[in-house]
Amino acid sequence: MKPRRVRILCAGLVLAGPSVARAFAQDAVTTSVHGAASMKDQLAALARLGLPQDGLQAPPGIDPIAWTASIVPDEEPTPARVALGRKLYFEPRLSTDGTVACATCHDVTRGFTDNRMVAEGVGGQLGRRNAPTTLNAALFTDQFWDGRARTVEHQAGMPILNSIEMGDQTEADVVGRIGALPEYQQAFQAAFGRAPSYEDLRVAIGSFERTLIFLDAPFDRWQAGDASAISEAAQRGHVLFDGKARCTNCHPLNPASPLGTDNAYHNIGVAAHDKDFEGLARQALAALEKDASEKALDELALGTDLSELGRFMITRNRADIGAFKTEQLRNLGITAPYMHDGSLQTLWDVIDHYNKGGEDNAFLDGGIEALALTDAEVDDLVAFLFTLTDVRFADANQRAFDAQKAQAAKSRPFKDDALSQRRVLGFERRVLGE
Amino acid sequence: MTIRSVETKYLERREEILRALVNLDRRAFLRVSGAAAAIAATRGIGHAHSFQPVRVDAPGAVEPFRFAYISDSHLYERKLNDRFIRSLLRAVDDVNALDPQPDFVLYGGDLAQLGQPAELDLGAQILKELKAPVKMMVGEHDWYLDLGEKWRSLFGKDVYSFDHKGIHFVVLNSVVEDDFWTVRGLTPMERMKTVAGLDNRSQSNFQVGPPQREWLTKDLEPVSDDTPVIVFSHSPLYHLYQGWNFWTIDAPEVQRILARFRHVTVIHGHTHQLLTNRIKNIHFHGMLSTAWPWPYAPQGLPELTVQMNRPNPFNSQDGCGDGQVLVNAEGLVDKVYNLWNRNVVTVAHEYLESNGVQKRPAAANVATY
Repeated sequence: MKPRRVRILCAGLVLAGPSVARAFAQDAVTTSVHGAASMKDQLAALARLGLPQDGLQAPPGIDPIAWTASIVPDEEPTPARVALGRKLYFEPRLSTDGTVACATCHDVTRGFTDNRMVAEGVGGQLGRRNAPTTLNAALFTDQFWDGRARTVEHQAGMPILNSIEMGDQTEADVVGRIGALPEYQQAFQAAFGRAPSYEDLRVAIGSFERTLIFLDAPFDRWQAGDASAISEAAQRGHVLFDGKARCTNCHPLNPASPLGTDNAYHNIGVAAHDKDFEGLARQALAALEKDASEKALDELALGTDLSELGRFMITRNRADIGAFKTEQLRNLGITAPYMHDGSLQTLWDVIDHYNKGGEDNAFLDGGIEALALTDAEVDDLVAFLFTLTDVRFADANQRAFDAQKAQAAKSRPFKDDALSQRRVLGFERRVLGE
Repeated sequence: MTIRSVETKYLERREEILRALVNLDRRAFLRVSGAAAAIAATRGIGHAHSFQPVRVDAPGAVEPFRFAYISDSHLYERKLNDRFIRSLLRAVDDVNALDPQPDFVLYGGDLAQLGQPAELDLGAQILKELKAPVKMMVGEHDWYLDLGEKWRSLFGKDVYSFDHKGIHFVVLNSVVEDDFWTVRGLTPMERMKTVAGLDNRSQSNFQVGPPQREWLTKDLEPVSDDTPVIVFSHSPLYHLYQGWNFWTIDAPEVQRILARFRHVTVIHGHTHQLLTNRIKNIHFHGMLSTAWPWPYAPQGLPELTVQMNRPNPFNSQDGCGDGQVLVNAEGLVDKVYNLWNRNVVTVAHEYLESNGVQKRPAAANVATY
């Protein structure tokens, strides 16, 4: 496909809706296949971010001892490995039809995600889950929405072999194709001192992701003593975040927990009303009885209705039905839409969702309940959340705020005052059918 | 209350056939075993071995089965507290999802918080949603407003026994207290609130009491020493911690009545936590609450108990849950704690039989705390 020169908002955002698209409208970039910015434009944007050459040194805001301890021996993110990983991250030839790179769904110009509801892979296939940002992903305890991989190195190898994402059949196919290219033979040799292999490919991409740490936000500057770094509304929002709105329970956000996640799994009732969890769980147990391999889990998570079971697919613990990983709060201004299925378009929608106590279901997390936030308090919380985007994305963050605000002024589909003010309880509606 | 689901009726029909089987001689057994095996096969997994001819040679043996439990829901009226209602509904959903269904569901007491008729009515209404039959037990929170009048009108007797698949079950009212209220002229609500205070020492002690112990002795008279006995009591039938009424004062006397049996299991509520104990022939298991977890008592904790760590105070369901009791062919039980926010924990009978040497259960800890 020949790249077209268009403004980003026109392309690839069918599912996300125009408002989210507009949020990221910026200087004209070349839109390429699957709606992603062209790799050339992405590389130019990447160069402007000023990334470190390797992932060996702890980035600012991260404890150096913890950082070093998190690096797996023999998988050190050296400069040569990071360079190779960067090359592979933007390499569409990793996919079976040469159209999908990591950067297709984790686009540098779109907050390292795709700003779509769910990701699009080879042949225009849509998966079931929202592509999370690769920014700071290396700092998670587990990868993916259901935690089916532990490290970014391990994670990186899985979408390549998923039939919906990059579509390759076997590791050997990938290594054969990439390894036949002299540029990669040299790069693997420089990085690992040996011929290309799938394991080294994983480590290289993971090494690159370890340089994508973006934790310098206005909030951090405010916490460090710059009283004017965030607005008064955002400061009020921070008080709510730690108190009435109960956010901090699952999103602890402090120097010891910089991402704002508890690295745990919760059913917060996202779009649960139309899911037959009991039926799905029975189907899942039957399917996993036959094959519970990593490959099978990966295909079931992206390609079937069982995707909505979330963490249950990994643990088979009934308590994990419909539970997904607590996403980080960093850079969330520029990573819309939200939640594991991308079903919430704005942060106003997100707070509206929590304010009404989620979508009630039998497996709803015990910490989720109606919050009785006023409209002004919702606005303050959103203002606070927009202070968590790294200053290097300040312009995109401001555009996203304006666009989301305009969208929220038009439509608040998840706002439900009867539920949020506890005039009706979620379970009453469910049990009594009211 | 007896609500028999389709599954239960089916199970009863199957039991009838099994009972007929154990009375047959071997040749007659072979004639009918085909029909019985076919029924077993349609029911699904796990029980086919019950149809081995050995049953003919060992009449009275236990057929393995399971029952579920829900306990300590402490319901208030909706306008005062809706979390606990939601939690009980969750437990009912859990139990109704079991496939195959449990033979019955034990409700472990403290359905209400302050014995209010509206609280008990609400609880009865929710428990009616259970597909399997329910065996009710009373707790002190159900009892001390009207001394059980409302509870009995809804659920019947508070003390009873029954036989099921070779096990003799006894349901006790272990929260009987000596009259501390008359002399002080307390109103029913003052009496209720005094008992509801966990560490309110102005009340008496929980006890089974002499009349009930006498009833128990008589009830057990025809039961052979080899018959496994499972006792349900709301408070633990041993001395754990008097300061919080984790205690039944005449527990040693009750244990003596139970001493002659080869296998005795006591399943109790009240303590709202994972709790495992063994005293001689008696295995003790606590039940989880659906409402809140108690911390562990500062002293008296049985050595066999594998504690769970501090529950998350922001998650009203952490440390709570429901569970199952799996009864094996010897009449020993594996106790399943189905924790809603943690891993499921099974305390196997081997763990208690070996005094903690074998099959130590995994701790139900939340890593981030």
